[in-house]
Amino acid sequence: MELGDIRGRSPWEDAWHRLLKNRAAVFSAFIMAAMILVVIIGPWLISWEADFTDWDNTSTGPSLSTGHWFGTDAVGRDILVRTLEGGRISLLVGFVATLVSLVIGVTYGSIAGFYGGITDRVMMRIVDIIYALPFMFFVILLMVVFGRNIILIFVAIGAVNWLDMARIVRGQTLSLKNTEFVEAAQACGVGRLDIIRRHIVPNLLGVVMVYVTLTIPQVILVESFLSFLGLGVQEPMSSWGALVNDGAQDMESAPWTLIFPAVFLTVTLYCFNYIGDGLRDALDPKDR
Amino acid sequence: MMHEHGILRHAAQRLLGVLPTMLLLITVVFFLVRVAPGGPFDSEKALPPEIQANLEAKYHLDEPLIQQYFRYLGQILVLDFGPSFQYKDWTVNELIAEGFPVSLTVGGLAMVLAFLVGTMIGITAAMKQNTPVDYSTMGFAMLGISIPNFVVAPLLILVFAVYAGWLPAGGWDWSVQRMVLPVITLALPMIAYVARLTRGSMIEVLHSNFIRTARAKGLPEKTVIRRHALKPAMLPVISFMGPATAGLITGSVVIERIYAIPGLGSYFVTGALNRDYTLVMGVVIFYGLLIILLNFIVDLLYAWLNPKIRYDEEY
Amino acid sequence: MACGGDDGQLTPPRDNRPRPVDELLVDGRPDPSTLAAEQVLRRANGEEPQTLDPHLAEGVPSSHILRDLFEGLTTEAPDGTVIPGTAQRWNISRDGKTYTFYLRRDARWSNGDPVMAEDFVLGLQRSADPATASNYAQVLLPIENAEAVLGGMLPPDQLGIEALDEFTLQIRLRDPTPYFLGLLSHSSTYPVHRPSLAEHGARFSRPGNLVSNGAYELREWVVRSHILVERNPHYHSADQVLLDRVYYYPYEDQSTALKQYRAGELHWTYEVPNNQFKWLQRHHPEELVVSPWLGSYFFGFNLTREPFIESPDLRQALVMAIDRELLTEKVSQFGEQPSFTLVPPGIGEYQSPQPEWADWTQQERNDEARRLYAAAGYSQERPLRVEIRYNTSENHKKMALAIASLWKQVLGVHATLVNEEWKVFLQNREQKFLTQVFRAGWISDYGDPYSFLELFRTGHGQNDYGYSNPVYDELLTMIASERIPARRRRLMEEAERMLLETWPIIPVYTYVTKRLVDRHVRGWENNVMDHHYSRYMYLLKSRPAGS
Repeated sequence: MELGDIRGRSPWEDAWHRLLKNRAAVFSAFIMAAMILVVIIGPWLISWEADFTDWDNTSTGPSLSTGHWFGTDAVGRDILVRTLEGGRISLLVGFVATLVSLVIGVTYGSIAGFYGGITDRVMMRIVDIIYALPFMFFVILLMVVFGRNIILIFVAIGAVNWLDMARIVRGQTLSLKNTEFVEAAQACGVGRLDIIRRHIVPNLLGVVMVYVTLTIPQVILVESFLSFLGLGVQEPMSSWGALVNDGAQDMESAPWTLIFPAVFLTVTLYCFNYIGDGLRDALDPKDR
Repeated sequence: MMHEHGILRHAAQRLLGVLPTMLLLITVVFFLVRVAPGGPFDSEKALPPEIQANLEAKYHLDEPLIQQYFRYLGQILVLDFGPSFQYKDWTVNELIAEGFPVSLTVGGLAMVLAFLVGTMIGITAAMKQNTPVDYSTMGFAMLGISIPNFVVAPLLILVFAVYAGWLPAGGWDWSVQRMVLPVITLALPMIAYVARLTRGSMIEVLHSNFIRTARAKGLPEKTVIRRHALKPAMLPVISFMGPATAGLITGSVVIERIYAIPGLGSYFVTGALNRDYTLVMGVVIFYGLLIILLNFIVDLLYAWLNPKIRYDEEY
Repeated sequence: MACGGDDGQLTPPRDNRPRPVDELLVDGRPDPSTLAAEQVLRRANGEEPQTLDPHLAEGVPSSHILRDLFEGLTTEAPDGTVIPGTAQRWNISRDGKTYTFYLRRDARWSNGDPVMAEDFVLGLQRSADPATASNYAQVLLPIENAEAVLGGMLPPDQLGIEALDEFTLQIRLRDPTPYFLGLLSHSSTYPVHRPSLAEHGARFSRPGNLVSNGAYELREWVVRSHILVERNPHYHSADQVLLDRVYYYPYEDQSTALKQYRAGELHWTYEVPNNQFKWLQRHHPEELVVSPWLGSYFFGFNLTREPFIESPDLRQALVMAIDRELLTEKVSQFGEQPSFTLVPPGIGEYQSPQPEWADWTQQERNDEARRLYAAAGYSQERPLRVEIRYNTSENHKKMALAIASLWKQVLGVHATLVNEEWKVFLQNREQKFLTQVFRAGWISDYGDPYSFLELFRTGHGQNDYGYSNPVYDELLTMIASERIPARRRRLMEEAERMLLETWPIIPVYTYVTKRLVDRHVRGWENNVMDHHYSRYMYLLKSRPAGS
């Protein structure tokens, strides 16, 4: 990375030091790393299959003797393994959808901001129109038309979520456009798309990183909302949102079906949010 | 003088810009809802073809799509959203007129609550940045975006209505008791966003030169914040609140479903799922108008808070 | 919050809601001294009713309310049997095709006008008129010329109904239809008050406009909040009606209704959430009411495409490999009866022909299923791969999961689940292109086995199975024109046996209705139709505290 090459106490080193001082963010980062590891490796270590229905133990509470440490759901499936596998899907949806929105948003925003003029106006008008569409309506239609395809959930959520990113990036690009190094590059005859790629996008990194860590938890929540509407991932696959929604129906009669997935979900969302806030404090170029 | 002239000119431009935006929005929505498979009159008990034909003729669904589109545009011009396919005794206008005040009340109260609590938490956290006070207040604020509201809502009902018996478990009759739980549930995620934005911009403002100057003059910290820091720190919060308010006052599906509240939010979902074309188009267009209107208000507020803004760049 | 219980469930606080006094009946009527001072019933009622126009109404929620607002020529007793309504008595011609009804002279609309034969004529004609575009007009098809009127071939006044004088009415039928008297308690046959329809047109079913002839009149309707009906003082039996007001509350989420019930805000829930049978039985044993319902829950095969075209052995294997006792006990949980047939029990004297394997043990069924599965050419190495399609619903999801799991455990079938949104599901089912195994089921509007059997007629609108059997169709035609009850029953049994022997469906269980009813509410009875008229109900007063 070009910026890393700058000698002396670079802004990035500063940011790094500031981040390390934020204990909540550092702690969250460790938990998150552990969570990801558990979710990826865990299901291989558990003897239950995620879709195995244990007819002798339907809706039983957490117990060592049945071998279901987190209990079972209404058709006798192991909550522990479903929570872990659900975590895979939730995190995957979070990362991929965010990536989709990131790619669209950064491309769109930087082009609009850099070209300016009529291009900018038209592009931002389009953003305005999409903004005026209720997000839920859009996602529901996509789900209804294309069915419950998990790839589609990624794309649907990402495709709606890029608007904020585009606006932020456009704003940043506008202010970067008039900086000396961009003007210098223009004077040297570097093509506009090249300038966007080489000079604008890397300088957006800080803002983008903050945005990404804050978008992931948002997307995970959106997925859980889709599950609430019954439009989430296809059985027997699961997600934290789907598990929590199922659990919330039976919160009194089978609290374990809610508590375990909910703890995983909540801890994850907290961690991402703390990390995001920490990054923002440390990185946001406007700050301090 | 120059400045006010700028605002007026900007306002006029914005209002002119609304028309093509709305037209595009209507067009997009009209054709989008028709893409979904199935129609408004499909049901488990399949209809004999002649009855299906009768129904389609009654609602003009037998016409070519493009003709239906222009018929619809003509209706919209006189602000008539047509009859609802699903709720046959009501027109979409009536459904919106009944649902909107409910959503406006719940959403408006939630917005006020979120603004008050969120800014308080944000300011507190900013003043004590990176201390346990910061972590714990922000931790509390983030509750709303860390637990899905379809878990929070039934939990609140269980504790405050079923177990404690202090509040009603749901329903709607315009009484304050029935508003308490829905408003809190709806405000929770908003509190998180407001608190975070306030904290961020407050930290930024507190590090700026003019605040250092104010402090150097020996003013007490409270005065510094109230007189100097608050207004500029509110800018990002205000611009966030615009579209967020539109979302809140058109209701939340989750809140309406779990608390059995007759607001607008459910129509976005049930309208789409029932293929109630007129209803879903009606609420979507209504929502679009609301967003545009609120963004416009936010712009004006923004200009009032920050006279330095230039309109040729922002738009 | 008290947390405890041996199995980790949350335990709510002790139930200290008031209890009713003992019921005391005098000549079958409740003693006035036992009645609560305020006779206001609060009923939860499913989704928001789509309309209160009796001739446009469809769906269970609106029909509950319409039964309170209107009265047909016939009506139902608390136990669901058909009894005289606005018609005091009737004659049926020898060929079973002409009905003559004699109306009560004291029947009144809610504004005091007399209810006349013409009002019923207009009601039925309006219901059949293509301009009304009723979703439910097909229940009128037994009436002479109804098909032609519905199709727009004949004007509505050619429908086989005629007012012989002010209070005498004649209806002519196409075929003798043994369940016809039952149909006349259905909302699409209700009368209409001509002056208010003429004055208000499409808005005549609004509060303030609606003039009805039932025990109650419409007072308030706030969309998705509540509908309030009040005692109709002009109702012919108004002195028998005890509840002064009834609130109907719509719910999109049944757990909310349950919580409101527990908080004492409702007397009557529409249903209860899934999975909670044990919990409800423990905490609300006296209030949980479970009763058989006139409906069958089953899955269907698409017989027009692979792998189920021409493969009765495979279908039989899949039907047998399902442990219905397990499904009803562990999955559906509410005391549903395992079913091996299409028609549910409880329709008059009709008895579904039970297949031989219904008496086998599940082990025997599984063995036979494995043999058939292998005979059909499948094995562990070459398993059947199949999709089970269902519409979004917690219960369907659990059932599909359980069936997939049983097939896997017994036969080694690889079943994938496809959850579809309702309208998409309906379309796919009807097109018979994507479907393989799909969620089906039927709840009848009137107590006649024919309403189940006709679903499998070649080309029938709901024949999503693609079942086509000329002999079966022939039998259906014979049933439709047979007027001797015993012979008709025999024909129907034969048809059902013929159908089941070709394995087009996977019967699972018979539906039940399940709800919580406050202990103070009396006067209602369980019935297979699940029709509960508010005019029979009343509220007992509470015991004084401490007794």
